[in-house]
Amino acid sequence: MLSRTNLLLQKLNTRILILDGAMGTMIQRYKLAEEDFRTPSLKDHPKSLKGNNDLLSLSRPEIIKEIHQAYLDAGSDIIETNTFSGTSIAQEDYKLSHLAYELNYQSAKIAKEVALAYSEQTPDKPRFVAGALGPTNRTASISPDVNDPGYRAITFDQLAEAYAEQVKGLLDGGADILLVETIFDTLNAKAALYAIQEVYEERNIPLDPTEGGIPIMISGTITDASGRTLSGQTTEAFLISMSHVPLLSIGLNCALGAKELRPYLKVLAKKAPFFVSAYPNAGLPNEFGAYDQGPDEMGNQVEVFLKEGLINILGGCCGTTPDHIKALADLAAKYPPRKISDLELTEN
Amino acid sequence: MVKHNHDTYLQLSGLEPLIFTPEINFVNIGERTNITGSKRFSRLILNGQYDEALEVALDQVRGGAQILDVCMDEGMLDGEAAMVKFLNLIASEPEISRIPIMIDSSKWPIILAGLKCVQGKGIVNSISLKNGEEEFLHQAKTIKKFGAAVVVMAFDEKGQADSYERRIEICKRSYDLMVEKVKFNPQDIIFDPNIFPVATGMEEHRTNALDFFRATKWIKQNLPGAKISGGVSNVSFSFRGNNPVREAMHAAFLYHAIKHGMDMGIVNPTMLEVYDDIPKDLLTHVEDVLLDRREDATERLLEFAETVKSGDKKELVNEAWRSDPVEKRIEHALVKGILDHIIEDTEEARVKLQNPLKVIEGPLMDGMNVVGDLFGEGKMFLPQVVKSARVMKKAVAYLEPFMPKIGDVGYDAEQSSIKKILLATVKGDVHDIGKNIVGVVLACNSYQIIDLGVMVDAQTIIDEAIKNKVHIIGLSGLITPSLDEMVNVAAEMERQGLHIPLLIGGATTSRIHTAVKIDPVYSGTVVHVTDASKSVPIAGESIQEDTRENYHHNIKATYQQLRIDHEAKQQAKQMATYEEAKANPTLIDWSGHSPKIPNKLGLSVFEDLDLSEIRKFIDWTPFFSTWMLSGKYPKILEDPVIGKEAKKLYNDANTMLDAIIAENWLQAKAVVGLFPCKREEDDVKIQDENGKDITSFHFLRQQGKKGKGVPNRCLTDFLNPGQKDYIGGFAVTAGIGIEKKLEEFKKKDDDYNDIMLKSMADRLAEAGAEYLHQLVRKEIWGYSPDESLANEDLIRESYTGIRPAPGYPACPEHSEKRTLFELLEVEQRIGISLTESFAMYPTSSVSGFYFGHPESKYFGLGKIAQDQVQSYAQRKGISLEQAEKWLSPNLAYNPQTLSVNQAI
Repeated sequence: MLSRTNLLLQKLNTRILILDGAMGTMIQRYKLAEEDFRTPSLKDHPKSLKGNNDLLSLSRPEIIKEIHQAYLDAGSDIIETNTFSGTSIAQEDYKLSHLAYELNYQSAKIAKEVALAYSEQTPDKPRFVAGALGPTNRTASISPDVNDPGYRAITFDQLAEAYAEQVKGLLDGGADILLVETIFDTLNAKAALYAIQEVYEERNIPLDPTEGGIPIMISGTITDASGRTLSGQTTEAFLISMSHVPLLSIGLNCALGAKELRPYLKVLAKKAPFFVSAYPNAGLPNEFGAYDQGPDEMGNQVEVFLKEGLINILGGCCGTTPDHIKALADLAAKYPPRKISDLELTEN
Repeated sequence: MVKHNHDTYLQLSGLEPLIFTPEINFVNIGERTNITGSKRFSRLILNGQYDEALEVALDQVRGGAQILDVCMDEGMLDGEAAMVKFLNLIASEPEISRIPIMIDSSKWPIILAGLKCVQGKGIVNSISLKNGEEEFLHQAKTIKKFGAAVVVMAFDEKGQADSYERRIEICKRSYDLMVEKVKFNPQDIIFDPNIFPVATGMEEHRTNALDFFRATKWIKQNLPGAKISGGVSNVSFSFRGNNPVREAMHAAFLYHAIKHGMDMGIVNPTMLEVYDDIPKDLLTHVEDVLLDRREDATERLLEFAETVKSGDKKELVNEAWRSDPVEKRIEHALVKGILDHIIEDTEEARVKLQNPLKVIEGPLMDGMNVVGDLFGEGKMFLPQVVKSARVMKKAVAYLEPFMPKIGDVGYDAEQSSIKKILLATVKGDVHDIGKNIVGVVLACNSYQIIDLGVMVDAQTIIDEAIKNKVHIIGLSGLITPSLDEMVNVAAEMERQGLHIPLLIGGATTSRIHTAVKIDPVYSGTVVHVTDASKSVPIAGESIQEDTRENYHHNIKATYQQLRIDHEAKQQAKQMATYEEAKANPTLIDWSGHSPKIPNKLGLSVFEDLDLSEIRKFIDWTPFFSTWMLSGKYPKILEDPVIGKEAKKLYNDANTMLDAIIAENWLQAKAVVGLFPCKREEDDVKIQDENGKDITSFHFLRQQGKKGKGVPNRCLTDFLNPGQKDYIGGFAVTAGIGIEKKLEEFKKKDDDYNDIMLKSMADRLAEAGAEYLHQLVRKEIWGYSPDESLANEDLIRESYTGIRPAPGYPACPEHSEKRTLFELLEVEQRIGISLTESFAMYPTSSVSGFYFGHPESKYFGLGKIAQDQVQSYAQRKGISLEQAEKWLSPNLAYNPQTLSVNQAI
C-alpha cells in the first residue's frame, strides 16, 4: 500500500486537489456565545474567550467536525485543522499559551478522524489533513513602534519555539501535511520552517516528501496592489526566500480575491519548482468587512487561471463556504493541473 | 517544463530577487558597512550613531551595490547586539533592504544572530574547515536551515591556502562535504579562494594573482554550481598611496578574474579605473605583475609607479569652477547650492584669511549677498535660496569650533558687524514653516538668525534678545490666539525697556491688527511683514543708522493714521442687533427635507490612513504658495518665469513623498464622528443614540446690517430647526513621526528638506481631510453615495456639504476645538493634542465640523457686536472678558476690558 504522502503525490500529479474554505466564516453561522468557548476547566478563566475559534476544538468539537464534514461533502481533498491561531504566541492574547499543544493535537485529531471516515467511503478520493500554522499576531521583521524602527515585538527564537510546539501537536494528532499559511512576514515563516526542520530532524522524518517526508505547504499573502507581502517582499523574492526546503507546494492566500491574485500566481507558476496552490478570499471585503462574492462569481475568476494551467491545489480563504468549494471543485475537475516536470529536481 | 532556474542559478533575495543569470556578469558587494574596512562606519557604530550608519548603507545601495556586506567584528563592541540592531534598522528602510544582505563575521554567534534578522535569502560570510570537519558541517547544516548561501574560505586545519594546489584541494574537500553530507545546494556555495597582494618584493607572492585566476577557473570547471567571490583591493596592497596604480591594478585584476569565472566581489567603485581607459604602458606593467609574465615585473612596475603618482585626472569639464580662486568657488557653491566641496573651500579660506569670522563676513557673506540680490531681482526662487542657505549653514557649522569664545583672548563681541535677528513663534502656537522661510531669506542677506523655535513665551524672547544683543525681534504665529500673545510680548518689551524693532508676521497677522493692537503698546518700531521677501528691506531700513530714525517716524505715523481710519469705519459700520440678525437667517425650505441618517453613527477611527491613497487628493496650489511661487497648479509648471523652479520643486516634493510613503516617515490617522443633534437657536446639542445630550457646540451669527434678501448667516442655519438632524466632526493628522526626520534634517542644517517635509505633511493632512470628507459623503454618512468627482472638482468644492474648521472664518472661535476634541476623543484615539491657544500638535493636522445639508456653504463671520458676545459668553458659560479675548479679531467694538492700556 502506498504511504499517505505517496498517495498525495500521486493524486497531485493527476489532478487539481481541492482545499477547504473559511473556518471563521462557518463558525460565525453558529452565532456562538461566550459560554460556547469555555471548557469546564476554563469556567472561571479571567479573560473573555469569545472569538478564540481555535478553542472550539476543545469546547465544541462537534461544530468543528461538522464544518470539516461540510467541506468534505463539498469536495475537499485536503482540510485544514482549526489551528490558525494555535501558537502559544497568538494564544497569549487569551492567556491560554499553556493550551497550545493540546489545541493543535485535538484539532488535528478531529480533522483526521473525519478525513479517514470519508476516505473509507470514497477510496478513490482519499482525504488529507493539513495542519495549519498561522502567521501569529507579531512580526519578526517589522517594528510595531513607528518611532523605533529597530524594535521587534517578537524574536526569531521565540517564534521558532512556539512553532515547534505547534508542529509537534499537529503531527501527534495525525496531520498528513503541514501548511504554513497567510504569511505576512517572511521571517516569521522562516522561523516556522526552521522549527519544522528541527522537529523532523529530532523525529527522523525526511524533509523531502519524495523520500517519504511529511509534506510542507507554504502560502504567502500579498497584502495589496503593490504586489508585495506586508514585510515588503515581491512574490519572486518570497519564493526565493522559502526555497531552501523541498516544499510540496508554494502559493498564495487571503487578502485578495481570485482576480487580484492572478498576476502573482503567474509568477509562482512560472518560477516555482514546487506545486502551486491558491486559496483566495471571496473577493475583496465591502465597507462593512463582509465578503460579497458568491460561488459563481468567484468561480468565473478562478476559471481564468485554471485555464492558464497555473494551479495544483485550489481552495478558499475568508468569506468562502462549502458552496464556494463545491463550485471550485466542479470547475477544477474540468482542467488539468499545472505540470512540474520533475519534483525530484528540488532535492538539490 | 525545462530545468528550473532554481537549479541553474544562484538566487538571492532582499525585498526583491537577485538572480545570478549569465547576463549579470559580475555582482558588486557594498562593504562600506563593514566595521573593519570603513573607519567612518566604525566610528558611527561605536558612537551609537545608527541613523548615520544607515545613511552609509543607503549610499552603498544608491552607488550601485547589489549585495550589502554587514560586519560588526570589533573588539570594543557587542557584535551580536550591533548586528541585530543594524539589520533590524535596515529592514525598516525598503530602499536598503531591497538588496540581499551578506552577514559577515568570523564569530559564529554573530552570524547566527544575523541570520535571525533577515527575511530574504542572504549570504553568510564566512565558514571554513579551519577548526575541522565537525564544526564546518554543523555550521553548514545550520545555515541551510535558515536558507542562506555561504562564502567558504579556502582555509583548513593547516592554514590558509596560498598556492594553486592548496586552493583547489581545500575547495574540493569543502564542496564534497557540503554537497554530500549536508545536501547543500551547490549554487549556494561561494568560494573565496583568497586574493593576496602582488608585487610585494617577496618571491612567494609573485604568483598570487595568477594562482587565484587558475583556482577560480578550476573550481568553476570541477565543482558544478559553485561561485567565486573575493575582496579585490587586497591585490594592490603594496601600492597604498598611489591611487592611479591601484585603480589600474583593480581594474586589470577584475578583468582577468571575471574572465576566469569570478562571480562577485568587494570592489570600491571609487577605486576602480575603466579597463579600457588604463594607459597602455601602465596596463602592460600591471598585467606583467598580475600574470607573472616577467622575472623583473615587480621592479619595473615599482619604477613605473613613481611616474604616475596622483594627478587629478578625473576632474571633468563641468568642474571647471573648481579652479577659480577660493572666494569665487564659495560664491559658486552658494549660488548653485552645491554642498560637495564647501568644507574644503571654507577651510582654505580660513587658512588664507587667518580668522574664521572673516571667512563668514568675507567670502561667505559676499556669496550670500549675491544670492540675496538674485532673489530680490527675481532671478532666484525660494527653493534655490533655501538650498543656498544649506551650504551656508554647513560652512558656518564647520567654522564654529574655530571661533573665539566668550572669555578667550581675542574675543570681541563688537568686532562683528553682523546684525542679529531673533525669531520665535509665540507661546501657544506651533506653526513655523513661514518663520523658517523668513529665517532663511534673512540669513541670505547677511543677518545672523537666532531662532528660538515654537511656543516661546514672552520672557524667554526678551531674555534671549538681551543676552544675544539682537538688533531685531521677529514674531510669528498662524492661529488667531497668537495675535493676543504678540500684543503681550510687545507690552512686555515696552515694560522691560527694550527699544529694538519688532517685526510681526504669520498667516493671521495683518497690517490693521498690528496698527490697532500691537503698535500702541510698544514705543519702538513695530512693523507688519507681509511675506518673507519683504523682510529684507524692512529689517534693513529699521536698523541701518542712516534710515532707522526716519523709518521709525514714518511707520509710526502710518499706523497712527490706520488706527484713525479704522475707528472711523467702526463707527460708520452699521451693525444689526443680535435679535435682528437671528430673525434674518439663511432661508431653507425644510418642508421637503428629511435628513439622511448616517450609515454609521458614533466614532470611526482610522489608525493608519494609506498615504499612497491620500496623496491623490493633494491640492498643490497652496504648496507652491508656501514656497512663494504663486500660480495655479498644474499651470504653474509651465509658467515661463517660475515654471522651471516650480517643476524642480514639484519633483523634489514627489521624490520626498515617495520616500515618506515607502519608508514610513509619516503616519496619518483620523477620527470621524457623526451624531444626532438638536439645534437650539445658535447652539447645537449633540446627542447620543438614545437622545441624551452629550455636549453642545456654540456658533456665531453674522451681525453686519445686510441688504434686502441677504441673510445674516450662521452655521446652525444648515440644521433643521424643528426636529432631529445630524452633524459631524473630524480630526486628521499626517504629522505622526515627523520629529525624527526633522531632527535628522536639523542635524544636517538642512532647511530645504525641513521646510519641504513640513509643507508636505501639511498638504497630506489637508488631502487627508479631503479624502475623509469624500468617504463621509459616500459611505460613513452616505448622503452622496454615487458621487464621482475628480480631484480638481474636490478642490473646487463641487460636492454637497461643507467642513468648516473652528478658528476659520465661519466659526472663528478656536476654543470650540476643545469641545470637538473631547467629543471625538481625538487625543486618546489619534494623538493630536491642543496647546493652551488651541493650536493642534502635530502641526500637520486638520479638524472641523461636517454639515451635510445641500444648501450648506462657507461664509465669513465678520464683525460682531457686544450683545452677541454677551449671549455667547452666557451660552458657553464663560466670562464676558474671556469671550472678548477669544473673539477679539471679530469684535466690532473696543471692549472695556482690553482697551484700558491701549491708547486708541
